[in-house]
Amino acid sequence: MRKIFDFHGGIHPPENKHQSTQGGIESIALPKELIIPLNQHVGAAADPVVETGQHVLKGQLIAEAHGFVSANIHAPTSGHIRAIELRTANHASGMAVLSIVLEPDGEDRWIELESCDQPETLDAQAIIAKVRAAGLAGMGGAGFPTSVKLGGKDIQTLILNAAECEPYITADDILLRHYAAEVLAGAQLLARVFPRLESILIGIEDNKPEAIASLEHALAAQPNTGNTLAIEIVVVPTKYPSGGEKQLIQLLTGKEVPSGKIPAAIGIVMQNVATARAAWRAVRYGEPLISRITTVVGKALKKQGNIEVLIGTPIAHVLSERGFRETESERVVVGGPMMGWAIEDTLAPVVKATNCLLLPSKEELPAAPPEQACIRCGLCAEACPAELLPQQLYWYARAEDQEKLRAYNIFDCIECGACSYVCPSSIPLVQYYRAAKGTIRQAEKDKRKSDQARLRFEARQERIAKAEAEKEAKRLERKKAAEEAKRKLAEKQAAEKSASAYSATESAKDSTKDSAKKDAGEPDMKAIKSEMVKEALAAAAAKKSAQQDDSSEAEKELKRLQRGLSSAESRLERARATLLKNQEEGADATRLDTLAARVKEAEQKVNDARKKLEAAQ
Amino acid sequence: MIDILLQHPFISALVALGLLAGTFGAVLGFASVKFKVEGDPLVDQIDELLPQTQCGQCGHPGCRPYAQGIVNGEAINKCPPGGQATINALADLLDVEAPSLDEEHGQEDIKKVAFIREDECIGCTKCIQACPVDAILGAAKQMHTVIAAECTGCDLCVEPCPVDCIDMIPVESTLSDWHWELPNPAQIIATDRQNQEESQAA
Repeated sequence: MRKIFDFHGGIHPPENKHQSTQGGIESIALPKELIIPLNQHVGAAADPVVETGQHVLKGQLIAEAHGFVSANIHAPTSGHIRAIELRTANHASGMAVLSIVLEPDGEDRWIELESCDQPETLDAQAIIAKVRAAGLAGMGGAGFPTSVKLGGKDIQTLILNAAECEPYITADDILLRHYAAEVLAGAQLLARVFPRLESILIGIEDNKPEAIASLEHALAAQPNTGNTLAIEIVVVPTKYPSGGEKQLIQLLTGKEVPSGKIPAAIGIVMQNVATARAAWRAVRYGEPLISRITTVVGKALKKQGNIEVLIGTPIAHVLSERGFRETESERVVVGGPMMGWAIEDTLAPVVKATNCLLLPSKEELPAAPPEQACIRCGLCAEACPAELLPQQLYWYARAEDQEKLRAYNIFDCIECGACSYVCPSSIPLVQYYRAAKGTIRQAEKDKRKSDQARLRFEARQERIAKAEAEKEAKRLERKKAAEEAKRKLAEKQAAEKSASAYSATESAKDSTKDSAKKDAGEPDMKAIKSEMVKEALAAAAAKKSAQQDDSSEAEKELKRLQRGLSSAESRLERARATLLKNQEEGADATRLDTLAARVKEAEQKVNDARKKLEAAQ
Repeated sequence: MIDILLQHPFISALVALGLLAGTFGAVLGFASVKFKVEGDPLVDQIDELLPQTQCGQCGHPGCRPYAQGIVNGEAINKCPPGGQATINALADLLDVEAPSLDEEHGQEDIKKVAFIREDECIGCTKCIQACPVDAILGAAKQMHTVIAAECTGCDLCVEPCPVDCIDMIPVESTLSDWHWELPNPAQIIATDRQNQEESQAA
């Protein structure tokens, strides 16, 4: 006999389970239309793969999982796709979500399913693939895609959750009474996904004797092949919320899931019994998840009980089939009285995770009495199964102090409602925590976005600065190049001037030089050239020094005029020389004319320069 | 030396204090060099709290310059996109009284995102140049479009558009970002409750 541990706190609300366990699993007529939301699971919404007007068969894939954490969606019956549009979601917000609207044709014709006669021969990957293809998502209420959970590594314990601790809900109870063998087969199937598995446990509360008997019977009947792990049925005392994932783990193993972690962190994976059965049917018969057992209960109904409902059935249709008396009812609750939420629009559909529809009469579940001041009695802290301090969380939630809320581990709150249940001041504590969690998540999201915006803004500023710097660098480069060109031009001009000065001196003392040239021959030419360069440089230096000189304007002017005169003279000299040369060579008349004109021009310039110089002197 | 110190307690006290002052001065001097903080950390902290819309409604060219401005003594209520929440956070950080938003700089508005009516866009790139976070995509004489996920809703692209083809559309909330509202009950005392029940019964 396994030791049963205990978890902190918990409450014992009236169970109210008998109303819905009298009958078996009933069915209702097909609705006029099925509204199948694309996001019935935790994670990304599925992508529709059908078009409006298309005819689909029962079990046909109509929307494909988008990404890893997502689930496929199949047609719950045969019919025509009427629309893919926004419809009211089965959600506390009452918002609209993209849904596929299917009009049943009444034939309920199945698509050909790929069954597997020997599921025990399949390997882990094949099982996970089949479970994923069938679009399984946790049927206990959270709707987490099952295939993702099956990917957990290093799992030693598989727990099937049959605790069903919340009042009114009996969907799993009824399921076990009828399909215990399939649940056990599903457990064995899922167990094979985990190579290091050591034990398979089924946790069930002791208020379901029929279900326990059924399970034990099925277990005894199960062929013991020897190579499978034995399944252990663990009966736990009835206490809300023993069906909470972390609480049931604590009850069965004594281990606590660390804050902010999932059970896989301590080698445990938990599946709902209905999910286990669905997994079995998915692998054995290839049946996708298109219907589920839902408890429809409450005094505002003529007939209470469990119904096998097609996914996508509008809640209004279920209610009308069950004789819902609207006048007697206070509200329509999806889920149980502890964790469920009221919906306004009953056209919202039943989804994969809808385990209960509660239609209480006004006396049965009266509206919450008005909230009063917290008297710090501490009952909530005693009841809290997560061992939090609800009264502190309440203050900080009201003060919207996110830092403190985190410090008091608000994200470990499982929103079970035990604190609100025991509160003598009827404070809707869970509502405060839900709101606070939402605000914190929103703030985190905003923070991420603003960080991103800051990065982009800074990157842009940097880019602009860089572009500006590049432009400036280019401008400076151009400026430098222009200066360089100017300097070169000036040098060239200076060189020319000095060269002409040189030729002038040369012509003055030509006889001596000429003889020297003749004597020295070629090397002398080089000497002359270098001399010319030297002189040019000297002239340039002189010019520069003259420019830099502090000498007066008049002197500068004088020097400039002198230079002008000398250059004009040299030009005249050259012009005359060319003219003579051409005359000797016997060039044509026009050429001689132009040369003569140039000589004259040069003479004129020399005269001008001389006059100017004289005037300046 | 020791004798002098022993005989003149006043001098010995001065020497001791002088030594202490010298030692601690050296330590402080070393620390101020070794642990020098580049820039003003307060600017970073304030910048963290600002919404980073870079809208310039505060009169500064971006959020960081405004953070610098606040450090230099400017009012903390000039940020309409951040609204009262940002003002409260800033007041909390700076330990001052939280004023209400200065309406002169604009009013707190719901979150919006820019949308370019693409068939009207002439491809002038003016909005691209105005966008502080590079959230507009396009090229000269090509249609432009807004990357909605990156848009901060700062409004700066609307004004430069020569053909007025940019709309600011309120961001629609989706199921994924919906969350419960904080309950806002009227606080009552026990006697009120009794009265209420009686009136209900009546």
